[in-house]
Amino acid sequence: MAASIFSAVPRAPPVAVFKLTADFREDGDSRKVNLGVGAYRTDEGKPWVLPVVKKVEQMIANDNSLNHEYLPILGLPEFRANASRIALGDDSPAIKENRIGSVQSLGGTGALRIGAEFLRRWYNGNNNTATPVYISAPSWENHNSVFVDAGFKDIRTYHYWDAAKRGLDLQGLLNDMEQAPEFSIFILHACAHNPTGTDPTPDQWKQIAAVMKRRFLFPFFDSAYQGFASGSLDKDAWAVRYFVSEGFELFCAQSFSKNFGLYNERVGNLTVVGKDTDNVQRVLSQMEKIVRTTWSNPPSQGARIVATTLASPQLFTEWYDNVKTMADRVLLMRSELRSRLESLGTPGTWNHITEQIGMFSFTGLNPKQVEYMVKEKHIYLMASGRINMCGLTTKNLDYVAKSIHEAVTKIQ
Amino acid sequence: SSWWSHVEMGPPDPILGVTEAYKRDTNSKKMNLGVGAYRDDNGKPYVLGCVRKVRPGPAARRRQGAGGGLRRLAPTQGSRAYVTVQGISGTGSLRIGANFLQRFFKAGRDVYLPKPSWGNHTPIFRDAGLQLQSYRYYDPNTCSLDFSGAMDDIARIPEKSIILLHACAHNPTGVDPRQEQWKEMAATVKKRNLLVYFDMAYQGFASGDIDRDAWAVRYFIEQGINVLLSQSYAKNMGLYGERAGAFTVICSDAEEAKRVESQLKILIRPMYSNPPLNGARIASTILNTPELRKEWLVEVKGMADRIISMRTQLVSNLKKEGSSHNWQHIIDQIGMFCFTGLKPEQVDRLIKEFSIYMTKDGRISVAGVTSSNVGYLAHAIHQVTK
Repeated sequence: MAASIFSAVPRAPPVAVFKLTADFREDGDSRKVNLGVGAYRTDEGKPWVLPVVKKVEQMIANDNSLNHEYLPILGLPEFRANASRIALGDDSPAIKENRIGSVQSLGGTGALRIGAEFLRRWYNGNNNTATPVYISAPSWENHNSVFVDAGFKDIRTYHYWDAAKRGLDLQGLLNDMEQAPEFSIFILHACAHNPTGTDPTPDQWKQIAAVMKRRFLFPFFDSAYQGFASGSLDKDAWAVRYFVSEGFELFCAQSFSKNFGLYNERVGNLTVVGKDTDNVQRVLSQMEKIVRTTWSNPPSQGARIVATTLASPQLFTEWYDNVKTMADRVLLMRSELRSRLESLGTPGTWNHITEQIGMFSFTGLNPKQVEYMVKEKHIYLMASGRINMCGLTTKNLDYVAKSIHEAVTKIQ
Repeated sequence: SSWWSHVEMGPPDPILGVTEAYKRDTNSKKMNLGVGAYRDDNGKPYVLGCVRKVRPGPAARRRQGAGGGLRRLAPTQGSRAYVTVQGISGTGSLRIGANFLQRFFKAGRDVYLPKPSWGNHTPIFRDAGLQLQSYRYYDPNTCSLDFSGAMDDIARIPEKSIILLHACAHNPTGVDPRQEQWKEMAATVKKRNLLVYFDMAYQGFASGDIDRDAWAVRYFIEQGINVLLSQSYAKNMGLYGERAGAFTVICSDAEEAKRVESQLKILIRPMYSNPPLNGARIASTILNTPELRKEWLVEVKGMADRIISMRTQLVSNLKKEGSSHNWQHIIDQIGMFCFTGLKPEQVDRLIKEFSIYMTKDGRISVAGVTSSNVGYLAHAIHQVTK
């Protein structure tokens, strides 16, 4: 038999964050803690199916009028409209002026990918793969792959995290925007920046928007944590809505994985804001073609759950409560961790733990310290020093704080 | 001004257009024969009993799959192994395979499709960066397989090209090779050293027997051909909108399968990270629960039997109408679709005079035919063809 056509296929490195969880699962140490992958956990360290989700799932299961027919290519209409409304606000001028579009997508990733594929085909000319795409340093590691696989050839980083002061490098960011070629695409985290947890303040967003407007830079928002970050949908959408009010055309990739806990149903939405209806319609028609060759039409279960919830005032209130429950627990863990580190007298400053927002915290631990945490203390976190606050519980706070203290004092 | 002023309006989907026109029609006798989804004898969508029995998942199972979704890895014959990854129904599975080939199959860029093939095959492979070619398949004179034409063309396909085969219930023609013909095809593709990519969207749905419908795929594998396979559970489990599908690569051995699997994950992650659970969970529960699996086999046979019965009734009604044409192909073809052989002008008349909607190529979805409208359909076809 001839040699295999796949003999030359190299073994790809595992996706780091999932490998971390796999290693965690295999660890037999009873003290082990998983501060890796970005999913919410209860104080018992368990996944949490939101009560409103459970209720709506049961409603769907009991509704014999429902079937499993194909959704339209762009998705469930009630989902699309409600999802975009959540991002842009009930009184959004763009919605009133009928110049928004929505594409139901497979999670936030799918929304990013459809947006990226569209931009590569239709933005800044036709099939202009040379348009620079700017991604924050650091960022979610999959951003890079999404735009590379969509065909962009010039992916760059923009200054974001200032390791020395453990905060936003605003000046570096603005400089990069001033230097960027006109029409460059900038991936902006709408809130709860992943992995640093550090967001621009409203004033800083205003400065960013001003530069982007002047230099004709395209804003592509990634909004994966709306509601989950502060507990307030409006607060977490402030930046996106500000840009809309400033007249930008933009994309916003939304994920309902975290704020609905629907991780594995793949519920996302790409919101498109354009100058007018006609432009948006043409954009959607082209996005339909992209969707058709990628997944044809999106999965219905998750979209139904979200649409049903958002469309009912009662269920919406329940959902809002559930989201606040998650956000509040994260905030509690932040303040508890910080106060323990400060009581222990752990070298360094720890206010960033409570000043950062969302699921993640960039602790500032260096790779050697991280290795110590993983190998010696069986506490799993990313090599970047990123921890998922959701992995903390009232039971493991002490152990984690003590371990961080050890790592920082023993390892330099 | 807008960034998008130069963006052209995308062309309307031809099949969607058929449904839109059907919806607008006020004729009470109207029929939608464009629909690519199964309908029961009342013309309604059908949720399988076994699917209904699968309740919402246990609360705990909310974890993200690690890129691969529900998959298994097990040895087949000899040292060979395969890797299966969950895909977004048939389209998503085809696309993953197409992207994988573009990235790792450096020897060939050309994908050979049967003429005709499912309309979405071409843009899927093209968007993945591959080139499209074709081999003869359908003979419009006989409304059946142009076997000698196909074999001639396949024998001339350059080595190391990719050839796509419909495993059963060819879409759009309903024309499948007989087993003897499949055997000849297998010998030829082996000789030509072609990479075989099977698209199986109708297993069980075609003949009513899942083993019979998978015969070609299994035969090729038995002959030592390491195929690629895309599967859809949209039709055979009625899970259309849940997007349940799978993509499989047969590899030389387990080690190679692991390497291939790792690269598939790298492809999937920037596309949608991980697949949706609901459809796969339903399909998996059905396949792995003996009573449900039994029930499924009965129900999928029920769907196939109804389709086959509609074909038979259509032909007998045409005879009753007094048609002198040979309509045997309607019975010989298999699966959801039937290439009637009707010409565009005849299709136009069916739409305009009888409110019977189908695509211009004369393709009808037999799923749209019921015992109450088959007589009307036969009458109309006779009127435009006599």
